[in-house]
Amino acid sequence: MTTEIILQAVVTGLMMGLIYALIAAGLSLIFGLMDIVNFAHGEHLMLSMFSSFWLWSLFGLDPIFSIPITILLMAFCGVLTHYFLIRYILKAKMLIQICATFGLSIFIRSIAQFLWTPDFRNIDKPLLEGRLEISGMFIGQPQLIASLVCLVAFILLYLFVTKTETGLALQATAQDRHAAEILGIPSDKMFAIGWAIGLGCVGVAGGMMANYFFIFTDVGINFALFAFVAVALGGFGSIIGCLYAGIIIGLVESLGGLLIDPSFKLLYVFAIYLLVVIFRPQGLFGRY
Amino acid sequence: MDKLLIAKSEPLWNTDKRIISLIGGLIVLLFALPHFGLNSFYLHLMIMIFMHAVMAQSWNVIAGFSGQISLGHGAFFGIGAYATSFLYVQYGISPWISIFLGMIVSGIAAVLIGIPMLRLSGHYFAIATLLIGISFQIIFQRWEWVGAASGVWVPMTSGDSWLALQFHSSKMPYYYIFLVFFIITFFLVWLLSRSKLGYRLRAVRDDPQAALSLCINVSNYKIIAYVISAMIMAPMGSLFAQYILIIDPDRVFNIEISIIVLLITVLGGIGNVWGPIVGAAILIPISEYSRIYLGGTGGAVDLILYGLILMLICIFRPEGLISFFPKNILERKKQR
Amino acid sequence: MKILSVENLSRSFGGIKANNDISFEVAEGTILGVIGPNGAGKSTLFDLITGYTKTDNGKVSFFNKDISGLSPDKISSLGIGRTFQKLKPFADQTLLENVMIGSFVKEDNIKKARDKALEIIDFVDLIEKRHHFARELSTGQRKRLEMARAMAIEPKLLLMDEVTGGVDQKTIPGLVELIKKLKKSGVTIITIEHNINIIMEISDNILALDQGKRIAYGTPKEIQQNEEVIDSYLGTVDAT
Repeated sequence: MTTEIILQAVVTGLMMGLIYALIAAGLSLIFGLMDIVNFAHGEHLMLSMFSSFWLWSLFGLDPIFSIPITILLMAFCGVLTHYFLIRYILKAKMLIQICATFGLSIFIRSIAQFLWTPDFRNIDKPLLEGRLEISGMFIGQPQLIASLVCLVAFILLYLFVTKTETGLALQATAQDRHAAEILGIPSDKMFAIGWAIGLGCVGVAGGMMANYFFIFTDVGINFALFAFVAVALGGFGSIIGCLYAGIIIGLVESLGGLLIDPSFKLLYVFAIYLLVVIFRPQGLFGRY
Repeated sequence: MDKLLIAKSEPLWNTDKRIISLIGGLIVLLFALPHFGLNSFYLHLMIMIFMHAVMAQSWNVIAGFSGQISLGHGAFFGIGAYATSFLYVQYGISPWISIFLGMIVSGIAAVLIGIPMLRLSGHYFAIATLLIGISFQIIFQRWEWVGAASGVWVPMTSGDSWLALQFHSSKMPYYYIFLVFFIITFFLVWLLSRSKLGYRLRAVRDDPQAALSLCINVSNYKIIAYVISAMIMAPMGSLFAQYILIIDPDRVFNIEISIIVLLITVLGGIGNVWGPIVGAAILIPISEYSRIYLGGTGGAVDLILYGLILMLICIFRPEGLISFFPKNILERKKQR
Repeated sequence: MKILSVENLSRSFGGIKANNDISFEVAEGTILGVIGPNGAGKSTLFDLITGYTKTDNGKVSFFNKDISGLSPDKISSLGIGRTFQKLKPFADQTLLENVMIGSFVKEDNIKKARDKALEIIDFVDLIEKRHHFARELSTGQRKRLEMARAMAIEPKLLLMDEVTGGVDQKTIPGLVELIKKLKKSGVTIITIEHNINIIMEISDNILALDQGKRIAYGTPKEIQQNEEVIDSYLGTVDAT
């Protein structure tokens, strides 16, 4: 167990962590706006990965070039989700809201399975491939680029929410929908924008991961779980919390897999979640 | 004073004679059904309905009666399944005894899981239960002592055996065993909903802060509900193990179990004792038939329907299908 | 006979002293009115007494027994009931079921609990609405539901938080009568009120709070003439 191997695991964990952070940020944004947990978040990620795949498989578009399309598709998907489902359950009891997005996740996953079969796919020879050697560590190029892109996207998201007019309007709606309405900020539109951006984040993450990850209908499940954990760990409603939490999760997964046993990676992440929320129910930065 | 006397003289419960005879008649019918020449498929269908109705009722107790949304309830099903099969294979213990052992283990698991989770509520709680459910699957997949991923294969007895709870000549004995468990469970839950405990659980569900002001120790009652719910679920796992005789983590700890009990209850009517029956009676036939008519891809189409139905119910009829029934069949009678 | 004794009760929330060294006593069978501007710490005081919030400092005694730090359900089982400023009815249950949950505290038998609940519902004059779901009731009716529910646990001390807030003018005399009936039946009452006329009418003593501190304690007459209270809250009270 050399320091190089541990360092390698740390870097891998950090890189995955940035991706988890972006996925979680999308989830957190939606929750912050309307108090709804998108239990279909993993399936949306899966759709974005398949979007990259089909654009490559059918039209020969390399993922790097199809990413803008994927992002737009996912943003559109977000708007559709809001208008055809979420709008009707905004006032419902939490149980019903949970069941609704849970139902959506089942629906999306099984339609995908029906149309595309559960087979594993991957993109052959994307433009982004190969490994870099940096001070004794081997880092996959697509992985590195993916995490950097996710980090940039995260920063852009943060700046958008805190510095732009629309972002501030979103924050206003998140804090007090009615007061914001009185000030002329239409909640319905804000929610739709929230869903568009939230799923857009997923589109970035999924589009980048399509370069090197296996693509299959169940791929979203683990990511969804980690995203839930990240949002709860960071604190529901806190975008910055997602960054810290995402990185923590990435590191725990990577180091736990290395130092203890790789087949229980999920359990280590779950354990962290349980420990944190039991002792600090609102998460690290939560406002719950 | 007048009005008070009238109010006091009202019956506590809706004891409409017609409903009691209707239910009585149904029970007699259910007992007689196999003798009308039902073939193996229909027996299987009824068994699945009984089983899922009880499983959904278990979830109804924790979510509908006490308001704790558990997304990992399948864990207790798995515990029950492993209890009977494993103890029989390893130690030769008759499943009849192991059913109760499984209930006890489930109850203890519910306490051990429930206590640390008392601090969680709402989404945090739901996600935690989801993680716990999946953790059970992962742990059992790698636990060598109970067979890891291959699980437990219960050796078949030659011929029928009541002692080993295995029947090979016909599904009828299974039918009756499941039917009896079904009736007993529903009766007990019905009693629960009308008891002081039931009232207090609903208080915990509707407003824990107010419940505290009424001398209700919310934490204790949450655990009680969790334990009762677990002990209802476990026997179904146990009987299922005896029904299919091959148990592995993917079959008895998978997330679909948690999904389907949720779906059945919400579809039928959460919080209502009859909800799970209505939900199971509608959903299970759809599931079984789609499996037949849609062949190999049956699995996925099942789920497509589940997802769709769940979403539609949430949008259009969150109180469940039971709300379509005329009022006098429901538990309570309202006077306007 | 002293039913409640509060000594040096303090509680801060992130730097703000919501309750600052508050002390007072309540004699059995009396009504104590609690007044003060918004944010004075009145509801916090209730939360501290009933165990919903932990105290930073101080002691609460009920019939000379120290109840500081006990959980809300233990405190209610000792005989202290309360209503909430932000109403908390069991929305999906009927009025009768709401009150029955209260009467189950003293009564195990369902029929007896139901009958006791009916008596209390009659006492608050809502018997016709007994089978209505709580969410269907008007604000005034919900306030009476909370009172009935709290009364059902047969408390010796009842803490009421703004029972006349947001209620129609015409229903107020009814509520006032109710409170007087309660006092006659032997229940000690502490009530937070903004309606000065009511407070002056029903209270035996009044506790005035401002910015978390006790600024006055006395009979209605004394309070009306207290300079500090007039400055902070009452304004100059016209002769009624």
